[in-house]
Amino acid sequence: MSTAMETDVTAGFEMVVGLEVHVQLKTQTKAFCGCSTNFGAPPNQNTCPVCLALPGALPVLNARAVELALRVALGFGFTVNARSIFARKNYFYPDLPKGYQISQHDTPIAEHGRLDIGLLINGEPRVIGITRAHMEEDAGKSIHDRYESATAVDLNRSGVPLVEIVSEPEMRSPEEAGAYLRTLKQILLYLDISDCNMEEGSLRVDANVSARPFGQVRLGTKCEVKNMNSFSGVERALAAEFRRQCGVLVAGGSVQQQTLLWDGAKGEIRPARSKEGSSDYRYFPEPDLPPLLISDAELARVRETLPELPAARRARYAAMKLSEYDVQELTADPATGPFFEAVLALHADAKSVANWVNGEVRAVVNERDTAWDAMSLEPARLAALIDLVRDGVVSSSAAKKIFAQLLVSTDTPRAIAERDGLVQVRDDNALAGWVDEVLAEHPVEAARYAAGEKKLVGLLVGLVMKKSQGRADPKLVNQLLSSRATG
Amino acid sequence: MTAQDVLDLSAAQTARTIADRGASAADVVTASLARVAANAALNAFVTVASEADVRVAADVAPQGILHGVPVAVKDNIATTTLSTSCGSRILAGWVSPYEATAVSKLRAAGAVIIGKTNMDEFAMGSSTENSAFGPTRNPLDHSRVPGGSSGGSAAAVASGACRIAYGSETGGSVRQPAAFCGIVGVKPTYGRVSRFGLVAFASSLDHIGVFGRSVDDAAVGLQVIAGHDPQDATAVDVPVGDYRAAAGRPLTGLVVGVPTEYYPASLDAKIRAKCDRAIDVLRQLGAEIRTVSLPHTDLAIPVYYILAPAEASSNLARFDGVRYGPRAAADDLSDMYERTRSEGFGPEVTRRIILGTYVLSQGHYDAYYLKAMLVRERITQDFANVFASGVHVLFTPTTPSPAFTFGARSDPLDMYLSDIFTATANLAGVPAMSQPIGLVDGMPVGGQLLAAHFREADMFCAAYALEHALGPEALA
Ligand SMILES: [Zn+2]
Repeated sequence: MSTAMETDVTAGFEMVVGLEVHVQLKTQTKAFCGCSTNFGAPPNQNTCPVCLALPGALPVLNARAVELALRVALGFGFTVNARSIFARKNYFYPDLPKGYQISQHDTPIAEHGRLDIGLLINGEPRVIGITRAHMEEDAGKSIHDRYESATAVDLNRSGVPLVEIVSEPEMRSPEEAGAYLRTLKQILLYLDISDCNMEEGSLRVDANVSARPFGQVRLGTKCEVKNMNSFSGVERALAAEFRRQCGVLVAGGSVQQQTLLWDGAKGEIRPARSKEGSSDYRYFPEPDLPPLLISDAELARVRETLPELPAARRARYAAMKLSEYDVQELTADPATGPFFEAVLALHADAKSVANWVNGEVRAVVNERDTAWDAMSLEPARLAALIDLVRDGVVSSSAAKKIFAQLLVSTDTPRAIAERDGLVQVRDDNALAGWVDEVLAEHPVEAARYAAGEKKLVGLLVGLVMKKSQGRADPKLVNQLLSSRATG
Repeated sequence: MTAQDVLDLSAAQTARTIADRGASAADVVTASLARVAANAALNAFVTVASEADVRVAADVAPQGILHGVPVAVKDNIATTTLSTSCGSRILAGWVSPYEATAVSKLRAAGAVIIGKTNMDEFAMGSSTENSAFGPTRNPLDHSRVPGGSSGGSAAAVASGACRIAYGSETGGSVRQPAAFCGIVGVKPTYGRVSRFGLVAFASSLDHIGVFGRSVDDAAVGLQVIAGHDPQDATAVDVPVGDYRAAAGRPLTGLVVGVPTEYYPASLDAKIRAKCDRAIDVLRQLGAEIRTVSLPHTDLAIPVYYILAPAEASSNLARFDGVRYGPRAAADDLSDMYERTRSEGFGPEVTRRIILGTYVLSQGHYDAYYLKAMLVRERITQDFANVFASGVHVLFTPTTPSPAFTFGARSDPLDMYLSDIFTATANLAGVPAMSQPIGLVDGMPVGGQLLAAHFREADMFCAAYALEHALGPEALA
C-alpha cells in the first residue's frame, strides 16, 4: 500500500487515544504476601500459600505498596480517596492462581489527575486528564513456547504490586501519546516508585484508540491494542490501528470493538485470542481486605517525602540562565540533576558544569550503562578539572584527555595534567618563540596578517597550537598575535 | 482414673488431670481414638490420625490450657499433619503445606488433633449429606442428620470422642448441628478468630467456630483460638476477654432481649415451650427480660443466599486443576476447566457457583448483590439498635425444628430455611451460640444467645447460668 493511499484513508478523521499504563511498584515484597519481588529468580521460587492461592490463604496489604501508590497520586496531582475499596476481578487463566485479580474498581485510591505533556498546541501547554490510578496485583506468567504441547506457568510475578494509571481519551495523535508516556515515565522515575522497564515488564501500556470524523463530538467505537514493548512501538501501533479503523469507516463499514495485539517485528496489528476479548469480570468488593483508609496525616507524611519533580527542577535550572537544551538534558532523568548540582556546589559556573555533565560525563554514563552515583567520578574531581580549564591551566582539549584519566586513576586532575604534560604553556618567552617560528615558516600569511588581514589569526593560532603540541594557551597566543598585527 | 474416664471430664479438667499426672496425655488421646473407632458408623471423620502419631503429639504437647486434650477439626481447616479435603472430591487427599492460625494456636495450647471431621462439601449444606465422603449420622438417632455443615465435628463431640471440636460457620453451620446433637456451639464475632487457613466459602460470612460438650468446654475452646492475626486483615486487634470468668456470675442487671421475629406464629409449639421455659429460668436467675424487634430478620435468608453464593463463586475459582487437586484429561484449557470442575464439585456446590456467578454478572449485580448488601446493612443496624438500647444478649430458638431424617429436606429451599434463625448473626457479624434447652420428640433443641460485637463474655455469662440452672433438664 502506498503512502499516498494511507494518507487518503485517514484524511478527515481524528484519532482519539486513551492509555492504560501498568506500573510495577518497587517494593521489596509482594502486594499481599511476604514473597520477594526480585526479577529473574528461578520459576516459582518467589511463592507462598498466598500468591499460589492455596486453599485457606488470605491476602494482607503491603503498607509500602500503599505508600508508593500515594506518591503516584501526589506526583500527578490526583485527588486521594480517604477510603478506597479493593475489588475482585474474576476470570479464569492458569497464571491467575486465585481465579480473580485483586484490584480496585468503583473506588480507586486516586482520581482526577493531570499531566502536562510538554507540547504546545496553539501556544497553550497540552495537559491530558488522568481519570484514575488504582492499586492491583500482577498475574503470573504463562510460557507457551518452552514445552512442545504444554504451557508452563511461573508465579514469581503473581501478586507483585501494580498501579494502573488510566488516562482520559484526550490524546489526538501518536505523538501526543508518545509525549504523554515519556513525561509520565519521567515523573514516575523521579518519584522513585518503579524501574519503569518495559522490557522486563515493569511498565506496560495498553492503548484504547478510536477514529471519528473531525467535528464529531461522539466518540467512535474503540479498540484496545496491547503487546507494545516500547513507546515508539505504541506510536507505530496507534498509527497502524487508526489507519485500519479509518479504512473500515471509509469503506462504509463499522468498527467492531475488540482487543488487538501489536506485532512489533512485523509492524502489524492482529486480533487477540478470544480470552483477551471483552468478558464479564463480575467485580465485587474484596471481602478479605477491609476498605483502605488514608488519613490526612498519612498523606501529609508521604507528601513530605516527595522528591523534586521534573517541572520544578527545570524551572530552577532555567533560572540559572542555562539553555533550554541544557535544562532538558540535565532534567531528563532524576539522577543527572544531583550530580550536576554536586559539581556546581564546588564550581560556580553553571554553564561550564552543564557542558561537562551533558557532554563527556553523560557519554560515559551512556556508554557504560551505569548509574551516575555508581561511576568512579567524584563531583569534586570533575569540579577541580573544570577549575583548571577556567584558570587556563589546561586547554579544553587537554581537559578531555584528563577526564578520561580521571575514570581510571585516583590522581587529582592537576597531577594528571602534570604527569601527562598537559599543562598549558603560558610562559611569554616560550609562546613568543613559537609565534616567531610560525611566522617565519609561513612568510606569505605572516605578511598578509601584518598587512591587516585579521581573519588569518585563527589559522596562525592553530599553527602555533600544533607546533606546541597543544600545550600553548590559545588565549595568550591570540593576544600575542594581535599585538604583532597592530605592532 | 482410667483414660476413658478422663475423656468424660471437661476439657479444662482433662488438662489439669494430665498436668497432675492423674493420666498420661498419650493414653487420653488413645482412648479418644478408641471412641472414634467405636463410633465409626457415624462417619464423623474424613481422616483419623494414627495412634502412633497422636501419642507422639501428646507426649510433646506443650503444657497449656488444653494440655493433652483431644480435639477434632473440621476438614476445611488447614493442617499439615492430616489432609484437608473440605468434603470434596476436588481436594480429596490434599495436604496443606501450612497450618491454619487457629490450629497453630490449638497446638500451642497443648491440644492434640485426633482427626478431620466430615462436612457438607465446602461447608455448603445444613445436614452433612453433601459430603463426597458420605453422610454423617446423628449420634442420638442414626436415622437423622447431625445438622451441617459442621456435622462431623458435632457428632464427634456428641458421641464422646472429644470434648471440644472445631467447625466453621457461614450461616449457622456450628450452631445448627450443635442444636441437633444436643451440645454447645459457638460462633464468635466476625474478626475474633483468624480465618487464615480456613478454606473460604463466603469470606465475609465465614467464621471458625467451636463445639463443646459443655459451655465451659466451648469457652475454653474459643479462648485458645481467639485473637488478632497479622495474616488475616479482617481479624480485628481487640483485646480478648476471659470467657470463663463469666461462670457462676449472677445474672442480676443482665438484660435479655427476646426478639419477636424469632418466634413466628408458625414456630413449632414444642420448641416455643422449651424456649419459654429457658427464658423463665433466665428471669428467675435475675435477668431482665425485654421484648425487642429486629425488623429485617425475614430478609436474612434471601440476602444470605445471594451474598454467600456470590462470594463462593469467586472463592472456589482457585479449584481449577492447575496447581493442586485432580486435573481432568481434556483437549484444551476451557475444556480442562470445565471437566475438572464438573467432576470435582458436587451438585450443591455447582448450584451455588452458578447462582453466585449469576448474581454478580453484568446486568444483575445491582438488582441482587448490591441490594443484598444494602439489606445486610439494615440487618446489622437492627442488632446495633437493640444492643444500643441496653439489651446485653438476645435469646431465640436456634433452629425451627429438631434434627430431621435423611433425605427429608431434598428441596434446596427447604434446606436453606433451616438457617432461618442463625444466618442473621453471620450477616451482622455478631457473636452467637447454641446450647441444649430440652428434648422435643426425643431429639434435642437448641436455645440461641446472641450478643453485641466482641461481647462474647455477656453471652457466655448467660449460657453458663442457664446451663447450670437447667441441669439435666437441658436434655429432657
Ligand atoms: Zn507469596
